[in-house]
Amino acid sequence: MDVIWFLVLSAFIFVIGAAGVLTRRNPLVVLLCLELMLNAGNLALIAFSRMHGNEAGQVFALIVMVIAACEVVIGLGIIVAMYRNRLPIDVDEMSELRG
Amino acid sequence: MWFQQVLFFIAGAGALAGALGVVMLRNPFYSVLALVAHLIALAVLFLLLYAEFLAVGQVVVYAGAVMVLYLFVVAYIGGADEPLGPEHGALRTLGPLFAAALGIELCIAFIASGLSALDSRGAELEPGFGSPGGIGQLLLTRFLVAFEAASFLLLLAAVGAIVLARRRRGLEEEGPTVGPPRDRGPAASETETLEVRV
Repeated sequence: MDVIWFLVLSAFIFVIGAAGVLTRRNPLVVLLCLELMLNAGNLALIAFSRMHGNEAGQVFALIVMVIAACEVVIGLGIIVAMYRNRLPIDVDEMSELRG
Repeated sequence: MWFQQVLFFIAGAGALAGALGVVMLRNPFYSVLALVAHLIALAVLFLLLYAEFLAVGQVVVYAGAVMVLYLFVVAYIGGADEPLGPEHGALRTLGPLFAAALGIELCIAFIASGLSALDSRGAELEPGFGSPGGIGQLLLTRFLVAFEAASFLLLLAAVGAIVLARRRRGLEEEGPTVGPPRDRGPAASETETLEVRV
């Protein structure tokens, strides 16, 4: 199985995620699209790890998964705080961070 | 070998379909479910790349725990369809334009054969490649600093989430109520008005 196919697939997933981040307005969906981009990066890291026969790439992917979990926790916390303060759940309306 | 290729194309099509579903579906609830399908297809791809530990972690941690967290928040906020508010001219047109530019750029990178320089067959693998034992040994020896930093980052994120999401009760009860009453359904608002009368 060629490793190149995995890289092409990862690039397509990354582009789809980036398009979602750029076009969607619901912050929840923007976070989901960020997950897509991080997962595309993970797939590329693991493909390179397979190519070189070196497990370090898989450790990188594991650390990326940890970062993604942190990002989800903080992002969802911000969204819940927006909902509590009755702010619009829309990234175009939210242009300042003043509590 | 043909079995691996068939599996790759099935899982790859599933991953692409899930990713498209996340972006295209209007209801955030269905977007989360599409992401779950995408993550499971991606776990199959990880298995094809001999990353067994990461595939299991992907299914258990991502498709299990993180997605349940998303579903809770979608249910809490009320996963309404995306509002069709006033269109913001520049952003509406520039967003898809940049996305298309990024896609075209990556396609050029493929076609211009930046990838053909790679050794596509892959190296010979030792037995036990990608097993929990090997990854754990790397994490505790060569990548110990990154491992500790990641654990500290998780702690920071947990504390930050608590600070962000707590109710600021003490501050609200001191002064006069500021802003409109919160929407907690008819029953909750009734009890609130009763409290105010008392």
